[in-house]
Parts: sequence; structure tokens; C-alpha cells
Amino acid sequence: MAEVLLEVENLTVSFPTDEGLVQAVRGMNFTLEPGRVLGIAGESGSGKSVTSLAIMGLLPGNARIGGSVRFRGRELIGLSDNQMAPIRGGKIAVIFQDPMSSLNPVYTVGWQVAEMISEHQDVSKDEAWKRAVELLELVGIPRAAERAKAYPHEFSGGMQQRVVIATAMANDPDVIIADEPTTALDVTVQAQVLEALKTAQARTNAALVFITHDLGVMAGIADEIMVMYAGKPVEFAATEELFYNPRMPYTVGLLASLPRLDTDSSEPLRPIPGSPPSLIDLPSGCPFRPRCPLSRERCEIEEPPLRRIGRDRHLAACHFAEELEERGAEIFAPIADDAEVISS
Amino acid sequence: MAEVQHEPQRDVGATYGVAATDAAADRAVGAPRSPENEREVGARSQLQLAARRFIRHRLALVGLAIFVLLTAGAFVVPLFWKWTYSAITPDYATSPSASHPFGTDTIGHDLFAQVLTATQTSLKTAFIVTVIATIVGTVVGAVAGYYGKLADAVLMRFTDLVLTVPLLAVLLVLANTLSNANYFWIALVVAAVLWTYLARLVRGTFLSLREHDYIVAARAIGARDRRIIFRHMIPNAAGPIVVNATLTVANAILIESALSFLGLGIQPPEVSLGSLINSGQGAATTEWWLFAFPSAVLVLIILAVNFVGDGLRDALDPRQRRVRA
Repeated sequence: MAEVLLEVENLTVSFPTDEGLVQAVRGMNFTLEPGRVLGIAGESGSGKSVTSLAIMGLLPGNARIGGSVRFRGRELIGLSDNQMAPIRGGKIAVIFQDPMSSLNPVYTVGWQVAEMISEHQDVSKDEAWKRAVELLELVGIPRAAERAKAYPHEFSGGMQQRVVIATAMANDPDVIIADEPTTALDVTVQAQVLEALKTAQARTNAALVFITHDLGVMAGIADEIMVMYAGKPVEFAATEELFYNPRMPYTVGLLASLPRLDTDSSEPLRPIPGSPPSLIDLPSGCPFRPRCPLSRERCEIEEPPLRRIGRDRHLAACHFAEELEERGAEIFAPIADDAEVISS
Repeated sequence: MAEVQHEPQRDVGATYGVAATDAAADRAVGAPRSPENEREVGARSQLQLAARRFIRHRLALVGLAIFVLLTAGAFVVPLFWKWTYSAITPDYATSPSASHPFGTDTIGHDLFAQVLTATQTSLKTAFIVTVIATIVGTVVGAVAGYYGKLADAVLMRFTDLVLTVPLLAVLLVLANTLSNANYFWIALVVAAVLWTYLARLVRGTFLSLREHDYIVAARAIGARDRRIIFRHMIPNAAGPIVVNATLTVANAILIESALSFLGLGIQPPEVSLGSLINSGQGAATTEWWLFAFPSAVLVLIILAVNFVGDGLRDALDPRQRRVRA
């Protein structure tokens, strides 16, 4: 078995608020190996971004963090900012969602990439700049030597995200966490940015954690996918397996609600009814229960653990995962007739 | 330099929302733009954009011109002028004439020479005050705003304490105890009070900057606190800091003048605008020039500095699109 770079074990994050304790992450587990791409999917508020911030130690001071995050065997939870500094950017790099706001408006992009290099490597200013230009070229910025002297606001969103990717790969990190890197971009640019991200990953042989709510984007890049719901992973499987044999009603619902190219276009979409639970007072038992067409008495009493089902390395958190094998998307009602007019 | 060519920017405005850059702000306003306008905006750095907006601000330019002229005059003209400020001329209390453009006082000092030197003193005082107050205020505000919690509580309560102290009373006491009050000591005293305004301002700016993604991103690349504060946050807070610094110049001159007017600032034979106004006030009806010229210069400097500050505020605020005046 390949070496393990990052091990997240039973990670929990909660924020005390006036209304009560917000349980943003309620037990996250995964391991990362070099060169692998782990996709983390889930809707807004499912704890995806908080997980990535927790790994980097970037959560605000009031966050309560439990569990363990180990990088090459070294515990990261509880390290001070100064102890984390060499790891941040050097070993684990992160790419944020909105490239415009994650670049400092007062510096040129070349300066910002070079800063990343000189923070972690003992190189001269000129060398750092030269490296920065090379990196910018690598991620597909045309005439990089010239463009490095431009400011972030002079770039389009896609070009900015390339700059951020160049920054992330600057120090040959072992892990790159991309937190919704394409969400703020328009669809035509997404594919190019994903390409740049793949280049970055191939060059550095880093493990990539790819966080998104866009399952289409996910399918194109991830080796394995973890689906999160209400702060917990509810299903984990290799990408193909997950798309073809989802075993958790939430995943099934997510997939059924997407239009597909390989089915008849008259096939109605099947939305998931209801909305995600408040993270302050979660329902007892399975958090997906109120929206789940399979829900039964047992779901109310007992929160299903993430358990191995049938196939290799396929985990799902549902008491009735096996039942889904036959029924699949059928469990969700098709979109109502009157709405069909809009969809057709 | 060749105009830098641009990537397609169609998605920019929508993506950035209220991001604090000129280009984004320009776009967010949604005014129809021609392609060449777009290129013009894009190809310039923040500083160039600010400079351009400043130049379009008429009043600020006039203010700057007056300020530069007065400063240059105050420092250069005395080198060539026939009287020094302390020289006693044979003319007593003469009204303005060709040989004494501002007249003379009852002892025979040439008022023109005195006003020039007084302006010098006031400007030097203002410069020292501004430098000290800006540095101290920025550092205190930055530390309080960045670290928050205990650092914030301690530093800001201290700032509040300094602010609650009745300014003029303390200055009077302090100035009084400093027996040989030259302009440097006066400046220190004034700076000891004026830094508080900047500290509050910088703290507020930092509190909001701290939450910006690019500051989180700077932490995510492993930058340490000092680097984040000085290289990432202060440059982004430069607008308010610079504007406040200009206003501090005006404030410092006024406070110094007030002190000197009360006879507790600059002591004779040294002169400042305040002390000149003070000695001239008794004769305001008979020898009007003794009062009028120093006052006019004072008013002119303060106005000029305020206009410059106003122009800088407009120029450095990326959200300000239309230039006033």
C-alpha cells in the first residue's frame, strides 16, 4: 500500500452561536495517498469548506475542533500558527473558491506567486520571480513574462484562478486542497481551469482534495468521491461505482436531480423534497430522514454509521443501502406534471 | 511601454461582486464602456489609477499647488530675503510697503521674514507630528485589529483613555513643564494625542480586512503574522491612512498654533504662526497687518491641506467613481 500523506480521523468542528452550537462537521474520515484525487461533494452547509479550513488550521478562534488530522504522521490539530506556517503552502496548498478575492489587489500576480516561493524556499528575488513566470506559463497564462507584471484586476476570472493554481503548486506541495475552484467561473472557463489543475497535480504528484457541489465537474476529475450531508460523510466510493451504483438515498437523489445526456430527454427530473436540516438542532437519528423516501422507524432512532456494503471500498451510511440496489432513482417521485412544462 | 493586451473579461464583473479594486468597482457600476476605455482601466496599476483620479480633482490640485508653493517659499525665500526673522529693522510698525511687503511690528521685525520662518516652524512641527502619529497610530491600530481579543481590548481601552483626556488642558500643562519648548517638543506633545485617531481608524479597517479572502489566502501560503500585517494588510489600508495623515497635518498646525497663541508653544524669539497671531491680535485694529498676514497664511495652509486630503480620499477610495468638484 502506498504511503499515506494525510489522515483525517473523526474530525469534528462546531461553532458556538447565540442560537446554540452549530455542528458544521460531525465526524470526517479519509486518507490521502500521493497522486490520488479525492472528491468531496455536498450541498452548501454540508461542511465541505469547513473541513478544508480545519485541515489548514485556518478556522476562526471560536471554532471548536475535535478529532485528528495527521500529515505524514504528524498531528496538525492544535499546532500554533507559527508551527503551521511551513506546512501551509509548503506541504499543503489550498485553492479558494473565488480567485478575485483570494488575490491581493495591491500586488502584481507575479509578486504573489514569487512570494509563495520565497516564503518557503531560500532563493533570491530574481530566482523566485523567474520561477513564478515559469509556473504562470505552466498553468496556461499566455505571455507569462509580461503578464506577471499585471495586477489581479487586469485578469479574467479564469486567468486569476490559474494564477491561484500556479501559487498553490509553487512549492511542490504533497497535498493540494481545491475548495470549489471552478464554482465562481463560467462554464466555458471551468474546463480550462480543471485542465490547469490537472497539470498542477501531475507536475507535483500531489494528492488532490477536490471540493465541489457540481457532480459533473467531479466526475471528470476525481478518483474517489465522498458525499457529505449535514457535516458527515454519507457515502464513499470510487467515482464510477458511485455514479452507477449509489447506495445512499441522498446520493441517489442528487444524481436523479441532474439532467443526463444518456437518457431520454422526456424522462422527468426527480428532485429531492425538502431542504437540508439546520446544523443547530439536527433531527434525531438519520439527518436525511425528513427528506428520505425510504425512511422508516429505525431511521428515527438510530443514525446509520458509514459501513461497508457489498463491493470493495464502497461505504454508505444507510440502514437500507441494499434495498437501493434494485430500486435506484425510482424512490424519488418525478417532478410534478405542471412543472414539466418548464423542463421540456 | 506597449499597451498590455487583455484576456476576455466578460465574466469579471459578475464574479467579483464588490471586490475592492478599481476595475471591478468601475465595472460594477455598470456604465456602458467602450473597448478602449476598458483597456485604459485595465492597463494601469492601482497607484496610477489613483493618481489619475487625483489629477482630475481640481480643488485638490489647487490645494497641492498652494501647499507646495507655500512650503517651498517658507524654506527657500528666507535664504535670499534681506532681513532675517529676528533682525531688528530701523522701521517700527510700518504698514506694508515695497521694502516690507507685510509691514513691520512695533519692535521693528520684518513681518514677511517672520511669517516665512513661522510657516517653516509650523510645517516642521506638522511633519514631525504626522510621521510619529501615523506610525504609532498605524502600528497600534494594526496590532489591535489583527490580533483582536486581549490585544485589542488593552490597546483600544488605552486609546480611549488618551482620547478622554481633555486635549488642550494636558497640552497646556505639558507645554508649560517643558521649559525650553522648541518645535520638536511641541510636536511630540501634539503627536502623543493625535495618534489615537489613526489607531481607531486603522483598527476598524483591519477588522474588516482581516476577514478578506486574500488575507486568509496569505495565511494559507504560510505567511507569518508580521508579514501579513505589513505586506498584505497595511498596503490595503493605505488609502485611509494617507488621507488621515493629511488631515493630521492640518490638525497639527492648528493645535500648535493654538498652543503658541496661548503663549505655551513656541517661545520667543522663535516664531510660529500661532505666536505671531497672538502678538498681532492686540493690534488688530490699528496695525491690522500684524494679525492679518499670519492668519491668512494659516488659513491658506489649512485649506490647501484639507483640499489635498479630500482629493486623496476620493482618489484612493475605489468605490468612488465620480470625482467631485
